Amino acid sequence: MTINVGATVNGKEVSAEVEVRTLLVQYLRDHLGLTGTHVGCDTSQCGACVVHVDGQAIKSCTILAVQCEGANMVTIEGLADGDTLHPMQEAFRDNHGLQCGFCTPGMVMAAVDLVTRYPRPSEELVREQLEGNLCRCTGYHNIVKSVVAGAEAMAS
Amino acid sequence: MYDFIYHRATSIGDAQSIFKNSEDPVYLAGGMTVLPTMKQRLANPSDVIDLGKIDGLTGVERDGDEIVVRAMTTHAAVAASSEVAAAIPALAALADSVGDPHVRNRGTIGGSIANNDPAADYPAALVGLGGTVVTTSKEVAADDFFTGMFETVLEPGELITAVRFPVPEAAHYMKFPNPASRYALVGVMVVRTGGVVRVAVTGAGPCVFRIAKMEAALSANFRPEVIENIVVAADGLNSDIHAGSDYRAHLVGVMASRAVAACG
Repeated sequence: MTINVGATVNGKEVSAEVEVRTLLVQYLRDHLGLTGTHVGCDTSQCGACVVHVDGQAIKSCTILAVQCEGANMVTIEGLADGDTLHPMQEAFRDNHGLQCGFCTPGMVMAAVDLVTRYPRPSEELVREQLEGNLCRCTGYHNIVKSVVAGAEAMAS
Repeated sequence: MYDFIYHRATSIGDAQSIFKNSEDPVYLAGGMTVLPTMKQRLANPSDVIDLGKIDGLTGVERDGDEIVVRAMTTHAAVAASSEVAAAIPALAALADSVGDPHVRNRGTIGGSIANNDPAADYPAALVGLGGTVVTTSKEVAADDFFTGMFETVLEPGELITAVRFPVPEAAHYMKFPNPASRYALVGVMVVRTGGVVRVAVTGAGPCVFRIAKMEAALSANFRPEVIENIVVAADGLNSDIHAGSDYRAHLVGVMASRAVAACG
């Protein structure tokens, strides 16, 4: 069965005819060409596929595209303002918050969501709140540093 | 994932009528269990009935001496609810311990309860607090709702619409989470109301259960040391790569004592 799924992604109206079994992450990557969102584990554990749907961080490998009909979504491609990186992206760059970079889109999207709920998070809180995001390079120390710095930058 | 026919239900009646007219349907709430199961091709439903756009199935409210949580309310919403935090902080903390923030933004209380995963957290809250499950056809006491591993008294097509939790005097949920999945290896909910204590255990057995001996001892004297020597039998408890049944039995006692101590 196929169905037309229309939504707003990164401020643009989009739509595509997809099979109903299409996952949101496949819709974003294969149908919209937004390959910044990564498929890591594909089992809702690693968080590489985190995007924002109607203001909430979710794992796009564990939701059907058709469930997001009419939703307002933001992916990693939607964070920067032209050539100016989002403060959280800048913080990851400044603090060497990535090694191979595969988990980074999900980390950054999770981090931005975290800061909207906890504007000035402690290092401990960041570690706790990132439990749904895995870094196989195990570079957590600098990721946590980046999130704390990014939160400061977002607040100011 | 195998192909299926997708339905976006507009009301509870609509959802149930689609269910009745489908060959092998499944309801889709938050999808945190249904979708992974379908992705692994362990489930192959003919029809998926999406409950996500039905009005009136989300929200939390205080109704007299109870907290009422509508079925499609997410774990994140329960955790963030000021009503829940004020009346049953242990329930807010339990909701905040499910999975991770992204899973909590999707997973729903109704879906979790209907699925009755042996390691899910909500069954312990429901049985511990002595809650009530409200469905499209009946109201069931939590003690009678969960009947076995992934089994409940729900009939095919029946939907949970809300869950009612009586407000206790004191309650605490102590969980030993699996470090990877955050599911409960063992989780114990201890609840005290009017001198009566309930102890509900999840994760340890095939289905949530209560421990009468601990409840009797704690009802007489609500202190952690009174349950120190109560032995929990390992027979029939879960045993897998994460923990053997002996270890789970031991953890039940430890978690129960800590929960009592945390009740203050």
